[in-house]
Amino acid sequence: MTAVAERSAAAEPKAGEIPSFEVTLKIRRYTPETHGDEAYWEEHTVTAHGTDRLLDALHKIKWESDGSLTFRRSCAHGVCGSDAMRINGRNRLACKALLKDLNPDKPITVEPIKGLPVIKDLVVDMEPFFASYREIMPFLITTGTEPSRERLQSPEQRARFDDTTKCILCAACTSSCPVFWTDGQYFGPAAIVNAHRFIFDSRDEGGAQRLEILNDKEGVWRCRTTFNCTEACPRGIEVTKAIQEVKRAMITRAF
Amino acid sequence: MQTHQFDVVIVGAGGAGMRAALESSARTRTAVISKLYPTRSHTGAAQGGMCAALGNVEDDNPEWHTFDTVKGGDYLVDQDAATIMANEAIDAVLDLERMGLPFNRTPEGRIDQRRFGGHTRNHGEAAVRRACYAADRTGHMILQTLYQQCVKNEVAFFNEFYVLDLILTHDLTGREVPEGEDVAVSGVVAYELSTGEIHVFRAKSVVLATGGAGKIYKTTSNAHTLTGDGMALAYRRGLPLEDMEFFQFHPTGLAGLGILLSEAARGEGGILRNADGERFMERYAPTIKDLAPRDIVARSMANEVREGRGAGPNKDYVLLDLTHLDPAHIDAKLPDITEFARTYLGIEPYTEPVPVYPTAHYAMGGVPTNVEGEVLRDTTHVVKGLYAAGEVACVSVHGSNRLGTNSLLDINVFGKRAGISAAEYAAGASWVDLPADPAAAVVEELEDMRNRPQGERVSDVRRELQQTMDTNAQVFRTAESLRQAFQDIQVLQERYSRVSVQDKGRMFNTDLIEAIELGFLLDIAETVVVGALNRRESRGGHFREDYPKRDDENFMEHTMAYRRQPGVPVDSPALSAPKGEEVPEPGPGRPVVLLGTKPVVTTVYQPMERKY
Repeated sequence: MTAVAERSAAAEPKAGEIPSFEVTLKIRRYTPETHGDEAYWEEHTVTAHGTDRLLDALHKIKWESDGSLTFRRSCAHGVCGSDAMRINGRNRLACKALLKDLNPDKPITVEPIKGLPVIKDLVVDMEPFFASYREIMPFLITTGTEPSRERLQSPEQRARFDDTTKCILCAACTSSCPVFWTDGQYFGPAAIVNAHRFIFDSRDEGGAQRLEILNDKEGVWRCRTTFNCTEACPRGIEVTKAIQEVKRAMITRAF
Repeated sequence: MQTHQFDVVIVGAGGAGMRAALESSARTRTAVISKLYPTRSHTGAAQGGMCAALGNVEDDNPEWHTFDTVKGGDYLVDQDAATIMANEAIDAVLDLERMGLPFNRTPEGRIDQRRFGGHTRNHGEAAVRRACYAADRTGHMILQTLYQQCVKNEVAFFNEFYVLDLILTHDLTGREVPEGEDVAVSGVVAYELSTGEIHVFRAKSVVLATGGAGKIYKTTSNAHTLTGDGMALAYRRGLPLEDMEFFQFHPTGLAGLGILLSEAARGEGGILRNADGERFMERYAPTIKDLAPRDIVARSMANEVREGRGAGPNKDYVLLDLTHLDPAHIDAKLPDITEFARTYLGIEPYTEPVPVYPTAHYAMGGVPTNVEGEVLRDTTHVVKGLYAAGEVACVSVHGSNRLGTNSLLDINVFGKRAGISAAEYAAGASWVDLPADPAAAVVEELEDMRNRPQGERVSDVRRELQQTMDTNAQVFRTAESLRQAFQDIQVLQERYSRVSVQDKGRMFNTDLIEAIELGFLLDIAETVVVGALNRRESRGGHFREDYPKRDDENFMEHTMAYRRQPGVPVDSPALSAPKGEEVPEPGPGRPVVLLGTKPVVTTVYQPMERKY
């Protein structure tokens, strides 16, 4: 939906009856082609409406005043994971952060997520993040002959790993983790969440291998349970809990 | 400029592209090129389910599924393709389960199934539980599962590469192909987003899997990135687009925002009500009520609003009522969509009905293919080595209105078929020479846009396009509204030729990408409007207020839209005289849209009146 910021007042839905307001975004920019190698802050003030999200404000800037402002986005309703950013110091998806909830009386700071190399403005290099994900073997591992019908799994077994199936790989958790900031080798919460998703899937037979990988010095034991990841997850996954469950599985070998 | 060589190049990494990649990469050297990271693709936004007559919870069979698909598509479905889809649906679901997809389960541990719009028992007796699902994030699970398998199989991805051109041996916009001569694909030209570098991919087979074009409309459930790229690439090379006038408006978009709330909400017992609290679908579809197909529900909703029974301060939406459902049931089956209502509208679905209105959702039309995924260049000839699958394609299993869940099925069944076909063709085919400088034309266009010091702003032209499409070519259409849309598009096309971008850089220039996407949107919107003008009847997703009845005598056929350069003598058996409104002249120097037809494949089901 491109049109939120442009919608005429007459077409406002009920919840949009909150009057329009001015909001200032203080954006951390990095444009080496035109402004040299130093990042810098830039302020933009735009008019917003009640249901507008931070993404709408960014679009308004890009579409109406500065086309060079660069960020990723796609679905615009919190399921594709493109637009994780650091908003007022907290990792969120720009498309799920409503401006009215961000204290618009003061400038809202917008920065790229931390711990990954910045390419331009709010766009970071996601490759190191996906490399960690790939390392934990994020796919169902089975042995023996494929069954001719579906594998059976009880609703209870299915519920055991439901929470971690919600991950959209946006990197909000991993890039909120102080351990990851100081040690880019750490697998990070997202990779562990995706390992959890398979370790606790009753159909999977690769749990021991994954635990071995995460038993590494850059594995789960680096987690300091600061709960930043849980707070950052736009899908509401209990990330820290999942990490603790993986730690426990490593000790008890029960999963 | 860099040049790469792969046997198979797949454009797009959503469900269809990755399903094709799993087949193709197991057989031959394959690359997947995607303008997004694969997990960002809009397959992940699909919610409700994927139908297959597994019969896990009640009696069902593929023949009933085929019938529902044909009837749901208002008989414009190619019945051979629908039969294949319904038959292969069962294996498609089981394949996904074996890949690890976490479906919801029955108490016995089997894949659970639920009701969905237009899916019925024994040819319309009652709603049937056919949709296999994972809460209301089935598409997310499919996308993740396919990506996981691609990681496992080490599929080669070129992420954030944007395909700008399709290289064929012939430019079909310029002249007709002499009888007996083959047209073949030889590769694609792509733009690397992070560096601005041009890459030429030489390939024996190319699979288009770029998804839909919802951004031709203002109110849409589609991602910003769904700009009809693959359709436009084919169309600009003179290949036809089929049935573009048929666009699905999903009944339950969040009012004012267009964000999708799955039909599963009604499958789980949700009810649509007007301002008076009346369950109005009882009047429009007495048997299956709120679970009628989407075209019927969307029109009924728009009609309630038009006749003054809309809810809200401006009476411009209706209400989706879930308040009679147990909150625990809502949490278990519909967690994501209820969160959307809370996040974006501040509505608590446990206790308050949710404001909803139709939102542009799905292109039934697209690049015509046969059931093997091969792309057609007219009614009968294929383009050697070129394939398409998913929303970009038109097989046609959806006819004039797609049933809910059949898109997730389509991408799996026909993505798999296209991947196999592309790899098998590549194994036996020899390399086709690339033209001397394959990227010259697109590089020039790109540099023009980048270097033009000032001009039209992309967002202005795009906003006006989306506005005229919403106003004039949405749920209700007339000759007059469509002519207005056509004229508006001509003006916008002229303005587009003067478009400039502010970002002049090479690195990650999304300003430039949006400009290119806008060009695709304008071309696609034009085919939608021209097809709709010609089709003087109402069928499925295309409703002409001036011709409210289906007209099988004159219009039981697919529309084919061809682009031809102005002044080129046109004498092709594929073209036919327009039957509907005279299509006005395009702007000076602009290519023309010419129309032809393609017969509908009817096997067993004769057209009947469509009642639910």
